Amino acid sequence: MFKISKKKQLNDSVVLMEIEAPFIAQKALPGQFIIFRVDEKGERVPLTIADYDREKGTITIIFQTVGKSTLKLAQLNEGDYISDVAGPLGVATQVNKDAKRVCVVGGGVGCAIAYPQAKQLYNMGIATDVIAGFRSKDIVILEDEFKANCTELTICTDDGSYGKKGFVTNALKDLIESGRQYDEVIAIGPIPMMKFVCDVTKEYNIKTIVSLNPIMVDGTGMCGGCRVTVDGKIKYACVDGPDFDGHLVDFKELMSRNSTYKAYETHECNLFKGIKD
Amino acid sequence: MNMSLKKVAMPEQNPQVRARNFEEVTLGYSAEMAVEEAKRCLNCKNKPCVSGCPVGVRIPEFIGEIANGNFEKAYEIITSTNGLPAVCGRVCPQENQCEGKCVRGIKGEPVGIGRLERFAADYMMTQAKSETVKPESNGHKVAVIGGGPAGLTCAGDLARLGYQVTIFEAFHVAGGVLMYGIPEFRLPKAIVQKEIQTLKDLGVEIMTNMVIGKVLSVDEIMEMGFEAVFIGSGAGLPKFMGIPGEALIGVCSANEYLTRINLMKGYLEDYDTPVIKSKSVAVVGGGNVAMDAARSAMRMGAEHVYIVYRRSEAEMPARLEEVHHAKEEGIEFLTLNNPVKINGGEDGRVKSMECIRMELGEPDESGRRRPVPVEGSNYELDVDTVIMALGTSPNPLIRTTTSGLDANKWGCLIVNEEMLTTKEGVYAGGDAVTGAATVILAMGAGKTAAKSIDEYIRTK
Repeated sequence: MFKISKKKQLNDSVVLMEIEAPFIAQKALPGQFIIFRVDEKGERVPLTIADYDREKGTITIIFQTVGKSTLKLAQLNEGDYISDVAGPLGVATQVNKDAKRVCVVGGGVGCAIAYPQAKQLYNMGIATDVIAGFRSKDIVILEDEFKANCTELTICTDDGSYGKKGFVTNALKDLIESGRQYDEVIAIGPIPMMKFVCDVTKEYNIKTIVSLNPIMVDGTGMCGGCRVTVDGKIKYACVDGPDFDGHLVDFKELMSRNSTYKAYETHECNLFKGIKD
Repeated sequence: MNMSLKKVAMPEQNPQVRARNFEEVTLGYSAEMAVEEAKRCLNCKNKPCVSGCPVGVRIPEFIGEIANGNFEKAYEIITSTNGLPAVCGRVCPQENQCEGKCVRGIKGEPVGIGRLERFAADYMMTQAKSETVKPESNGHKVAVIGGGPAGLTCAGDLARLGYQVTIFEAFHVAGGVLMYGIPEFRLPKAIVQKEIQTLKDLGVEIMTNMVIGKVLSVDEIMEMGFEAVFIGSGAGLPKFMGIPGEALIGVCSANEYLTRINLMKGYLEDYDTPVIKSKSVAVVGGGNVAMDAARSAMRMGAEHVYIVYRRSEAEMPARLEEVHHAKEEGIEFLTLNNPVKINGGEDGRVKSMECIRMELGEPDESGRRRPVPVEGSNYELDVDTVIMALGTSPNPLIRTTTSGLDANKWGCLIVNEEMLTTKEGVYAGGDAVTGAATVILAMGAGKTAAKSIDEYIRTK
């Protein structure tokens, strides 16, 4: 059992939780994830580690309530327990130590995963620009945290209600066109966003790392559910990833495979919320 | 003495009924049936059956006790060498092991050794009150990585010798393939957990959610005061065929399909893990895992379930009983057939699978006749789900994070006859060493390793 030591609602549908998991906290690195199982009947669900505190023995997760499992998790409070948390899984983000300037692009709740990346790079002395994109002002998260841990923060909203109006790709293009030389771009967010960022960076030939979130069951290299095609070869996000070279990822296939259980998930989610289909 | 040429029949659920439920297929012997079957044993002097058992169960001795109605004594004899009798009685390929060597099998059927082992174990679980006594500690600590058949056996044997054993299990529950792979209808999970409880009573500590290689390294475990480590990390990444269409929705590995159903209990309404709903399923492969996946798909409500296997039935690696049960349940066998391509619709879902017929040619390096395609015999099989049961390659998490631990080109850990790896104090066994094999072979390896670890620590 794993105790929730802190809970904070970041916006209507995004929750931050700090969980007591001393073994995991000792080893966690940016880019790695955990698998949680909220209770005896729960699914095993992967979530990227947003932060960790080795001394306190805690890890932080930030998640959006999108399905039954995340809804169940969001209903728990400080002092409650989660049945299972396993990790840190996956390969930590490979930092390009020679990089002079990097752009970290986060989309929506993906910013929660982009944040530890930006923090790590910035604290290594690498100039780190962050572009954080959201649908609208009311769902902006982690603004202060980013501000404290990056060289320049650009917030974009689709509807222009806060920051720059438009998509993160426009902001990225503007920065590149203005003469910013990036050695690397890290893009984390919804699949279409990562794909579009990759389309932009391909034009400028900038290496781009993406963090993938395919369907997963065990998360330890056993079930093969998380297989993705990278450079024409099968890769397993749980043991080979979750970070991959975005220019080599087959995003179309990933998007299709991620919809495998969509009907089921919507149904379960509605039932959980007391809505009949 | 019972001179019948046939085994006493074991009651089973009706095939039509059981093909749609997850309850156990075979119901086990009653005490009377067990005694009657036990009387078929000739109590041979040279005990060929024992030589066929990877864990050396003293077979004629325990059968003799059953024949005399001493069921508890029979159980004691079995468990003196086998820590998981209720499991082995159900899932061992007896026809290739003990029963394959039984003299009664020369003319007629061999003694039902597996059924009798199961009877003794089930009898003790349900009828008798056995108390496991925790042995006195010898003060030495041993770590076991992986709570599957190899790890559980190694842990049990060491615990009985007084070692303080900790099992590091990656999943939320111990049991390994007994929990995630083998379905409930073949091996009820409550039975697996009871066997594990016996180990806990012996003093074995189980730490779940511990993915070794990630959360702790083997070296760190040794620094924690464990004098030896046994690695039984099991099967790894599933193999795919590399044919077009394997990324379509509706294609998955048998590991994934079975894990969703068994470990995550996706077949039960009130559990959250989804399982793909299929009308027509092709399971590619001919081993026990393929049979388990096919029979599970039938129970999940499929109308047609096909086993697609490139060799003939004679070469199928599955247990005879599994093939027999699968056929009874309506699984359609397409042997000497090989998939060449999976076709999808515009929605990205599987629509059909193109197969080619095969014929047997000259024997290959495995000694089995090599299947060769019959040119121009391609046809389309109407399916919406394809489950690949082609075996696995060992899990990379430990080998890639432990220095001094050598693996072969397939990623299997290299061990000597004592199950010692290339790293001092580190032993290994099971699928992590052999690649996908059987429960009992993994148990045999765990047993050998326990003996070696004991010697290593005593003579250190």
